[in-house]
Amino acid sequence: MGATVTTAATKEKIWEGGEDIHPLGASYGKMMMWFFILSDSLTFAGFLAAYGFTRFKFMDSWPIADEVFNHFPFMHGVDAPMYYVALMTFILIFSSVTMVLAVDAGHQMKKKKVATYMLLTIVGGLVFVGSQAWEWKNFITGTYGAVETRGGEILQFVDKDGKRLALADFADTTMAREDAALTRSKGVWGMTGGSNTSVSLNQVKAGLEKNPDVLIRTQYTVPGNKHEKITLNREETLKRANDFKFVVEGANLVRNEYGHKSFGDLFFFITGFHGFHVSVGVLLNIIIFFNVLLGTYEKRRTYEMVEKVGLYWHFVDLVWVFVFTFFYLV
Amino acid sequence: MGAHASNTKRIWQVFIYLSVLTIVEVILGILKPDALFHNELFSLSYLNWIFIILTIVKAYYIMWAFMHLEGEKASFRWSIVAPMVFLIAYLACLLLIEGEYIHDVFKTSSMRWIF
Repeated sequence: MGATVTTAATKEKIWEGGEDIHPLGASYGKMMMWFFILSDSLTFAGFLAAYGFTRFKFMDSWPIADEVFNHFPFMHGVDAPMYYVALMTFILIFSSVTMVLAVDAGHQMKKKKVATYMLLTIVGGLVFVGSQAWEWKNFITGTYGAVETRGGEILQFVDKDGKRLALADFADTTMAREDAALTRSKGVWGMTGGSNTSVSLNQVKAGLEKNPDVLIRTQYTVPGNKHEKITLNREETLKRANDFKFVVEGANLVRNEYGHKSFGDLFFFITGFHGFHVSVGVLLNIIIFFNVLLGTYEKRRTYEMVEKVGLYWHFVDLVWVFVFTFFYLV
Repeated sequence: MGAHASNTKRIWQVFIYLSVLTIVEVILGILKPDALFHNELFSLSYLNWIFIILTIVKAYYIMWAFMHLEGEKASFRWSIVAPMVFLIAYLACLLLIEGEYIHDVFKTSSMRWIF
């Protein structure tokens, strides 16, 4: 009986959005930020799970990450896998540290310290977004180039020792191009076809026949070893040249020189969505930074707003930790 | 929650943990020791298991220390972490198993043309 009766005493425990009552011991804003983070992390989990699904589905034809992401600034042509993304990870972790230091200074109501740490966090965020742009530039430009077959398979080229060859290394550029490149000045709106690759398909074919050292490396892995791609012998290489369909340089949303088509799409989509989050985070941080300078939180007697935007910023870092693992390490 | 006490010591400590974990990951990622790289447990190499476990440890430190979950009420903490962990683990398991199944169908099944 007693359990069903609502008395004034139990009514006090019902949250009506009041100022002093805090369900779960958290303020309204902080709790909602956390539940936003929960939903957003499930969105990212969905994307990464889709990446995992696609990768397991095409396990024997997935590109090898170390061969794709091996650039480092000012070290052109040096094979440096991992170092650059590791650096990016450090930048983001460090900007997380400055953010949490800003929150900590906020608890002690030290306005100047909060402002300094917020500014450092913003700089860290901008450096990270810039690094990601550079990473995208390398991904889009590509290094070696490849050829796509009629069946949609990506074929790369290696020499006798298995070292990767760029198309320009062996393509016969003395030959006239068979494709008219539809540049902006030549094309008319609505025209399709043509190409903007540095060498044409026939030049690649002719170069392949002329150079006996050039072999094709398929996108499939050696049976029993997921980490090594099948290289065709010279005879098979020449036979396979009949299947050539497109010259592929770099990456776009349709095809990429690294291998399976989904790889490029997932890379653009997931790192792009994360980069978008970082950009929004930088924007929020800038707004809060100016509010700190204006003394808004000094007047409120609480720096909780810094804490809330800090939660979002750490979340961005949290997501990157997973993107780093699943795109670059695993 | 120690509203006015400074936590800087803890912050730098966690920064060092995160850095060390990242460095270990990068070193393993570059060296790729054969024993870990070519042997598998449940369709994942030991190396990948190590990467995933280290990543979860990193996520723990970010959420508990930087996002200050360790200072929140347990009820609040778990109302966030429990659904997250359960739903993500559930989704990942289902999709990865399904992905491997489709791979096998494409590879070996005589019914792949209708799949």
